[in-house]
Amino acid sequence: MLKYILKRLGVAFMVALTVSVITFSLIYVSGDPAVALAGEAASNDEIEHIRKSYGYDRPIPVQYMDWLGRALQGDLGRSHYLKEDISDVILTRLPNTLILAGCAIAFALILSIPLGVAAAIRPNSLIDRFALTLAVVGQALPSFWFALIMMFFLGIQLRWLPISRVETWQGFIMPSIALGYYVTPGVMRLTRAGMLEVLQSDYIRTAKAKGLRPMVVLFKHALRNAIIPVVSLAAVQFGFMLGGSIVIESIFAINGLGFLAWETIQRGDLPMMQAIVLVLSLFYIVITFLADMLNAFLDPRIRVT
Amino acid sequence: MSDLILEVRDLVVDIPVATGMLHPVQSISFDVTRGETLCIVGESGCGKSLTSLAVMDLLPGTASRTASVLKLDDEDLQSAGERRMTDIRGNKMAMIFQEPMTSLNPAYTIGNQLEEALLRHKQVSGAEARERAIYLLEKVGITAAASRLTQYPHQLSGGLRQRVMIAMALMCGPDLIIADEPTTALDVTIQAQILHLLADLQKEFNMGMILITHDLGVVARVADRVAVMYAGQIVETGTAKQVFENPTHPYTQGLLECIPIPGKTERGAPLGSIPGIVPSLVGDLPGCHFADRCPHVMDACRSGQVDLRPSFEDGHVFRCLLTPDQSAANLKKGAA
Repeated sequence: MLKYILKRLGVAFMVALTVSVITFSLIYVSGDPAVALAGEAASNDEIEHIRKSYGYDRPIPVQYMDWLGRALQGDLGRSHYLKEDISDVILTRLPNTLILAGCAIAFALILSIPLGVAAAIRPNSLIDRFALTLAVVGQALPSFWFALIMMFFLGIQLRWLPISRVETWQGFIMPSIALGYYVTPGVMRLTRAGMLEVLQSDYIRTAKAKGLRPMVVLFKHALRNAIIPVVSLAAVQFGFMLGGSIVIESIFAINGLGFLAWETIQRGDLPMMQAIVLVLSLFYIVITFLADMLNAFLDPRIRVT
Repeated sequence: MSDLILEVRDLVVDIPVATGMLHPVQSISFDVTRGETLCIVGESGCGKSLTSLAVMDLLPGTASRTASVLKLDDEDLQSAGERRMTDIRGNKMAMIFQEPMTSLNPAYTIGNQLEEALLRHKQVSGAEARERAIYLLEKVGITAAASRLTQYPHQLSGGLRQRVMIAMALMCGPDLIIADEPTTALDVTIQAQILHLLADLQKEFNMGMILITHDLGVVARVADRVAVMYAGQIVETGTAKQVFENPTHPYTQGLLECIPIPGKTERGAPLGSIPGIVPSLVGDLPGCHFADRCPHVMDACRSGQVDLRPSFEDGHVFRCLLTPDQSAANLKKGAA
């Protein structure tokens, strides 16, 4: 087990390092950063001055090490546009996105796993058809449209939930559903397919031959094996939600990281963009690592050799 | 308690398929008494595995079973509900499957999977269940039994896993044990060990055993009684001695001729085989099922239903229009 953890940690570290290099080079992908900063009307002297004062004249590896060193200490630089410390800005925006993505994935899993299991127990039954319909609708509906429909009915017509902002916890309900629903079809269908396969397996027949209660057969023996690929999928989807909640955050006017990313792209604020990409990537790496650990716990073939 | 453990009369299994109704098991009757091993022999697809699954009430989804009598320890299994069946399965009758590599759950330890059977059916503590698991693992010839309990199936070889499966079946001390081709997936060297193990345990715990196999060598070594199945029917049944010494059904005779005998079968001589293929069991099949492959087929074989008839000795019956004497004469002719 220890060997496996160390191996996964090593992989996570290498990915993080690669991500940091790519993120750092973002500064240079749109041309000379000093020219970009100085603006169109700047003279050569001004550009040179900016290049010196921002340290862009040093060799690139030195700049990278310097940037990485400060990033490791939590200093992600200053935003050219907002004139604020980037770390502060990200820290104020991050909680909203984390709560949103967390609620969304929780909603998606709570809806899709039981539905997937129920559909697998009785293929082609009413509940299976219902689940399938829900999945098709979920895959076909654009999340922004679904969000608008919810806003119209739950927010404007019935006045049950706030249609924007997240000052109260109620504000998170609609955005979480809108974001989570999008993930439901994939998770549900994977759960259903996994359960269908596992329920046909020899060890389920053994469990039944032992006279175990149907619930024990289903949850102890079948679900644990069927859920393993679902964990990996859910982790990937959770990562996407963190970075990909731009649309939902915009619609519901949530001051989150996704919304910040969108604003930042509009402004061409490269250091801020760099920092957002880095933070999101690190979250992604952590989530993937945790998913690997969870899978190792569920499947002894991974952890015991 | 009566010596009769399992009583099966007119067991039928039907499976609806696209082209009609499949009849893989057609009116099978047999008994198993305490301390006795019944071998059900036949080639692939003859219905022998479905017969055992029907007794366990573990038939796959669409298959249905009926019988005029289906009793275990005098209890009617047909009127027992699913809930009662879960109390019986693993407790009074247990099953060992053909595929030891996939029959254990990869996610749980050997100990967990052994103990849960006992904890489910008997009022015992965790420690007692553990003790029983160690005792039985030692019984089935696994060394360092206590340390095996914490191991996972993927850490064990196929032979060991089948031993674990046997121990698991014995956890609750069942009256009847059904072994469905328990040695087919194992190395030849391991096959003999597992078979002897099963035979020894069956005598030691005085259980009834149904051993399902297509291997006549296996049958000869462990069977008390033999039921030869062909295309969903029992075509010949009797004690092992009766069936092996005086096979009266042409199919049984053909099967036995297929076995090469050291010293008797000439080197380089072609191995025996029965020409033709098994008939489709979809829809009704009039007459003798073996007619198309039988060397002694007559017109009458294809018209009416062929019933079991007594052979030379008591308890030995076969499904053929020939008299025992004619049949025995055919066997002699073939040998000459």
